[in-house]
Amino acid sequence: MTARRPHVGTLVVLAVATVLTLGPVVWTLVRAVTPEGQGFSFSAFGDVFDQIDMVRLTLNSALVTGLIVLGQMFTAALAGYVFARLEFRGRGLLFGLVLATMMVPLQVTIVPVFMLIRGMGLSDTLLALILPAVPTAFGTFLMRQYFMTLPPELGEAASIDGAGPFRTFWSVYAPLAAPGLAVVGILAFNYHWNEFFRPLIFSISEENYTLPLGLVTLQGNLGSGSVSTVLAGVVLSMIPAVVVFVFGQRRLREGLTAGIGK
Amino acid sequence: MTTTIPASTAAPTAAAPAEPAHDRRSERLLVWLFLVPTVGGLALFTLLPIAASFVLAFFRWDIITSPEWAGLHNFGDIASDVTVRRAFLNTIGFVIVAVALQLGIALWLAILVQSRLPSWLQSVFRSAFFFPLVLSAASVSLVMAYLFNADFGLVNSILNAVGIPDVQWLSTGSGAVAVVIFVYVWQSFGFSLLLFLGGLASIPTEVYEAAELDGAKGWSRFTKITLPLISPTLLVATVMAVIAALQIFDQPWVLTRGGPGDSTRTAVMMIYQSGFQELQFGRASAIGLVLTALILAATAAQFRLSRRYVFYQ
Repeated sequence: MTARRPHVGTLVVLAVATVLTLGPVVWTLVRAVTPEGQGFSFSAFGDVFDQIDMVRLTLNSALVTGLIVLGQMFTAALAGYVFARLEFRGRGLLFGLVLATMMVPLQVTIVPVFMLIRGMGLSDTLLALILPAVPTAFGTFLMRQYFMTLPPELGEAASIDGAGPFRTFWSVYAPLAAPGLAVVGILAFNYHWNEFFRPLIFSISEENYTLPLGLVTLQGNLGSGSVSTVLAGVVLSMIPAVVVFVFGQRRLREGLTAGIGK
Repeated sequence: MTTTIPASTAAPTAAAPAEPAHDRRSERLLVWLFLVPTVGGLALFTLLPIAASFVLAFFRWDIITSPEWAGLHNFGDIASDVTVRRAFLNTIGFVIVAVALQLGIALWLAILVQSRLPSWLQSVFRSAFFFPLVLSAASVSLVMAYLFNADFGLVNSILNAVGIPDVQWLSTGSGAVAVVIFVYVWQSFGFSLLLFLGGLASIPTEVYEAAELDGAKGWSRFTKITLPLISPTLLVATVMAVIAALQIFDQPWVLTRGGPGDSTRTAVMMIYQSGFQELQFGRASAIGLVLTALILAATAAQFRLSRRYVFYQ
């Protein structure tokens, strides 16, 4: 298009919206480094580590999120490949069933899942958070769509060269699936790093808390006493999410809007 | 779906070597091996639980003593319980207001971002509006609880500066509802905006150029051209926004724990409280089923309604 000058009103509205959107984030950063009654200081960051077990919380969050991310990427790649590339009886039915599970809201299954976890002897463990989150219908759907874009000739060529089905998957298709896997991984990270509802239910003792749960507890314990301490914790917990935002924004956007016709 | 058809049909040329029998066997092995983690996992952690929910809803069970048949008691109980009714009405009211704001703001800003801006500026705005999506709703609610604090919060300071007296945001019912809606919309509009940007990008510029020649500008261009052309996106955005909003929990839980009184109590909060605080798992399951029915009904209603307004090119 030829360069048309943007409307001043347009710019004003967008600027105001941007300030309202980023304002609370900037305020959080500023307030975290200017604790009550002091000038610029990082003391609030030290306080967070004194008042809650930040190391433990971070390790728990990293372990839970990391294993879910890896588990989802691995299982979704396998199932997505099978649904995209191989013919077998009942394929349509099984894939339909997988898609149907996407419609079931998490809160409706939470009571039976809690019982199941209890029956498996996993109550109040990190595995209670990890295991049920690994099988992913959405990830499988994304990977299936991704594998369908790869040319079938690659597999045919490999099989003429004598590669068996496992080898065809492992050496030909799996390496090409990296961009699709990145989308699955980034989406899983974004969701589970920030997750609150399941940890609130499944993590009973504090040693199994994840970051969001730990920060909410910190606020509850201290009431209105130390704003900067809570905000310093919020800032620390935000860092990995911001890193993913910076490096994976495009993938994240593609993933979130995937499968939706323009 | 063709296990009986010989493998050689896959390779149409007669010269192509027939697939050896052990390859077909190992392919079948691969199919099941690769599907078990996902299909088995989803069956165990989603399908079985949804079936169990239906059964549990007809029992009284506190997990300690053995379950007791309750018939429709749980459903009658939640229908007559003032708090549960209030929570569902709150949720429905919240969905209507929050989704309308979320979609309205997102569409307005998406149109502004799309129009007449240099592309670097477009990506700056797009990134800014997208950013809240990567934060945790719990952390965001912690931050907002401070900003809306009646005594020392920044929001009241700003209001005071322009001559408006302190507003009791979180200690009055209407104030708390307003804050929950604000915090939710603040974090969610970016997602709808992404969808709308995709929809707007697919409208050919010639359509606008032709419309401009015909004198369609501003509002009439919006209602006569933009809206019909992005109506498929609008349907998807509305359906997704309604499903997500019906499940609201994190924000009111962190901001108010459902209070003051029951003014910000939501349906999911009732599942959490009935199940995991009061150990009434049958009742929690019944509330969950009612919520699911509500989600399905709302989705079905939107698809029905969409026949009247969605325009497919």
